[in-house]
Amino acid sequence: MGKYWSFFKMRLMAGLQYRAAALAGMSTQFVWGTMEILLYRAFWLEAPERFPMGMEALSAYIWLQQAFLTLFALWNWENDIVESVKTGAVSYELLRPTDIYSMWMARSIANRLARAALRMIPVIAVASFIPAPYGLRLRVSPAVFGLFLASMALMVLVVCAYSLFVYSLTFYLTDPNGIMVLSVAAADLLGGAVVPLPFLPDGLRQFAALTPFASMQNVPLRIFSGDITLPEIPGVMGLQVFWIVTLISAGYLLTKNGLRRAVILGG
Amino acid sequence: MIEMKGICKTYRVRRREAGLGNALKSLFSQEYTEIPALRDMTFTIPDGQILGYIGPNGAGKSTTIKILSGILRPDSGTCIVDGLTPWEDRKRHVARLGVVFGQRSQLWWDVPVRESFDLLRDIYRVPGGVYRENLDRLTTLLDLGDLLKTPARMLSLGQRMRCEIAAALLHGPKVLFLDEPTIGLDAVSKLKVREFILEQNRLCGTTVLLTTHDMQDIDALCSRVLLIGKGQLLLDGDTAQIRAMAGENLSTEESVADLYRRFGI
Repeated sequence: MGKYWSFFKMRLMAGLQYRAAALAGMSTQFVWGTMEILLYRAFWLEAPERFPMGMEALSAYIWLQQAFLTLFALWNWENDIVESVKTGAVSYELLRPTDIYSMWMARSIANRLARAALRMIPVIAVASFIPAPYGLRLRVSPAVFGLFLASMALMVLVVCAYSLFVYSLTFYLTDPNGIMVLSVAAADLLGGAVVPLPFLPDGLRQFAALTPFASMQNVPLRIFSGDITLPEIPGVMGLQVFWIVTLISAGYLLTKNGLRRAVILGG
Repeated sequence: MIEMKGICKTYRVRRREAGLGNALKSLFSQEYTEIPALRDMTFTIPDGQILGYIGPNGAGKSTTIKILSGILRPDSGTCIVDGLTPWEDRKRHVARLGVVFGQRSQLWWDVPVRESFDLLRDIYRVPGGVYRENLDRLTTLLDLGDLLKTPARMLSLGQRMRCEIAAALLHGPKVLFLDEPTIGLDAVSKLKVREFILEQNRLCGTTVLLTTHDMQDIDALCSRVLLIGKGQLLLDGDTAQIRAMAGENLSTEESVADLYRRFGI
């Protein structure tokens, strides 16, 4: 465990170097969040009774989404990993006494945390000063807030396990680009990135909730905004755990078998 | 001790003729060509030897190194390195092995070299005292000094290669594989690397397997040379023998070129 922890720390430190990218990202996220809120506001003022979420809950959802964007955005792929599998260079990693899946996992988590760490504080700070109902407010009990933090941690694992699952498929495909593009599109729609899931029509909404994409940003953001209430929380967090176990098992086995094939066929 | 006995490895390569028709045909039936990379390779390397492994491009040098490192499984034959079969017992095997590839970096490119080293310490579980001792020795011998604070991507090729070699030796492996370690280096760096390899071998008794196209590497370092071509072992001897086979007054370089021609490889 020690070596993966060391690797995690090294990647985290290295990731914190990218200040310019963080600054650029931060300003994008302010503009984007403001525009989204203005857009929803127009609909909300028209017919507040037909809104599936309260405006305050929605604002909290949008600002947290902007603050933690790089933590859960599926398009934040580790291109180095994909490239090393595509070219066969991954077999050189076998020269070290490490488990490759665990190294990938440590690295993915570290990079996402590093990218998010630099951006989240200013976004959260500024959004907290925006007047209600358009700002970011904590409206749930401390207990629910604790569950929100736990579901954030689970969310990071779901996102990374899903990414690693896609990387592991690269062993069997000439190019994983198709799957990556489709995954991003699916996650945008079914994971509550384009619009929060409560805004989806009946049928699609229930279907989306079962996919791994709904176990990503959808769960913690809606717990924080109070849209998912205490009695519903065990169910959605249970589903997160289910997807973590399923995706890690699948990715781990595919990687192991893929590496075995690489060792037999030669890169 | 490294023992290879009757190792064979054949690669399967998919190929098709050019053209649309053939491209369509390959959708339904794919043609494979078998390319033998190693045929019945057998040799033994005793502890503490520096062995040169030479042959033209495509002879099977890298395939041999990959098999010995445990990242490639041969089709048949046995291979034992200090009691372990590399591809069966990969993690335990590579923990006692150092490998340097001249053509690819194994350092993490965006962090200072020292951080890569510290991570390797944790990966190989090198005890703190041993690590400091090894690091001090390697820093002095390879003249690393300020390089340790530099990110790997900012190093020149010669500086990087010295760091790569140090990285491969931090955990004090008994066996070191060097795949073209002097490729692209200037004269000063080459001499420094050679000097270091000899020193390491003398002080620590490290077994070194070296592949190279630079016959001066062989002259300077190797007490024994294996010449391979088309996946087969053609000659096992020292540089004097190679020169003797090739005839009068030729340098090692010319003698080897002569042998390549004579063996038709």
